Amino acid sequence: RENEQRARKRKMRLLTHNMLSSNIKGVANGFPLRIEVEKVVEKQVDFNADFLKNMFAKIEWKALVDASRSMGYSELPGDANPAMLDSDDFLQKFHHALLELHLEEGALVCPETGRKFPVNKGIPNMLLHEDEV
Amino acid sequence: IDLEQYPTGPHIASRMLYTAENSFGDVSDKVVADFGCGCGTLGLAAGLLGAQHVIGLDIDDQSLEIASINADDLELDMNFVQCDIKNFRWRDQIVDNVIMNPPFGTRKKGADMDFLSVALKVASQAVYSLHKTTTRDHVKRTALRDYNASSAEILCELRFDVPCLYKFHKRKEVDIAVDLWRFVPQNSQVKRL
Repeated sequence: RENEQRARKRKMRLLTHNMLSSNIKGVANGFPLRIEVEKVVEKQVDFNADFLKNMFAKIEWKALVDASRSMGYSELPGDANPAMLDSDDFLQKFHHALLELHLEEGALVCPETGRKFPVNKGIPNMLLHEDEV
Repeated sequence: IDLEQYPTGPHIASRMLYTAENSFGDVSDKVVADFGCGCGTLGLAAGLLGAQHVIGLDIDDQSLEIASINADDLELDMNFVQCDIKNFRWRDQIVDNVIMNPPFGTRKKGADMDFLSVALKVASQAVYSLHKTTTRDHVKRTALRDYNASSAEILCELRFDVPCLYKFHKRKEVDIAVDLWRFVPQNSQVKRL
């Protein structure tokens, strides 16, 4: 029972998803991976405005919006610009999508080939088969 | 055996992470990746020192399982990805710093250099890595000339106790001298010391 409770904490944040790309041979642009959700978990994390402002420039915004919507969160604006970082409301939403939504079970799907990379206990398996390398 | 997994001892992990944080501010509030994370020692140490987001990468199921349990025990949020570092594709430079204890390349020559090559493409600020002291010149030359490093500094020399884990170890216990390196990639956004 205790192991079950522990296992439930394992999950993948959308910040990680924003870095991952399909690495299958022949794929021109494997980013972003589509998310197939089986289980989403929400977990609160301390808010850090400076961190968010730094991350904003590096994040692929559209990928984050689409990913958060597939996880059931639709509060992020479709387009964003740096001026929005002055708004606490915007920062809170950005914080929530980036750091507090976690994929526990599901799959990440290559946008070009449709190949599914399974996510189990929050860990995506990006290992390629021999013919994909 | 093919993967050549030597656990990172706590004294080495502390040394690496404390130096990274106290001398360079490279840990707290940063996005840190632990390449070849094994049981997660380095990544978890980064989490304990205030890294905002830590990702551990490893190829091996069992290591990742143990690493997940370790993260749960410490109540740290650490993300893990199962992959082969050599053919893994990242979106460039979203990670601030890479910390790693790569396989030394005793069985598979040059494995640590493969890791270093990828690390320098992924990190936007710095890479902390351990390499055998005997390969010191080779590491420096290759990093600067071939891997896009703008600087390659040795922070200190450490001794790594490797007990006789595998049959191919001839002596009972092997004591390996390793260098703790800090590399800075070209186009880094951080001022160098």
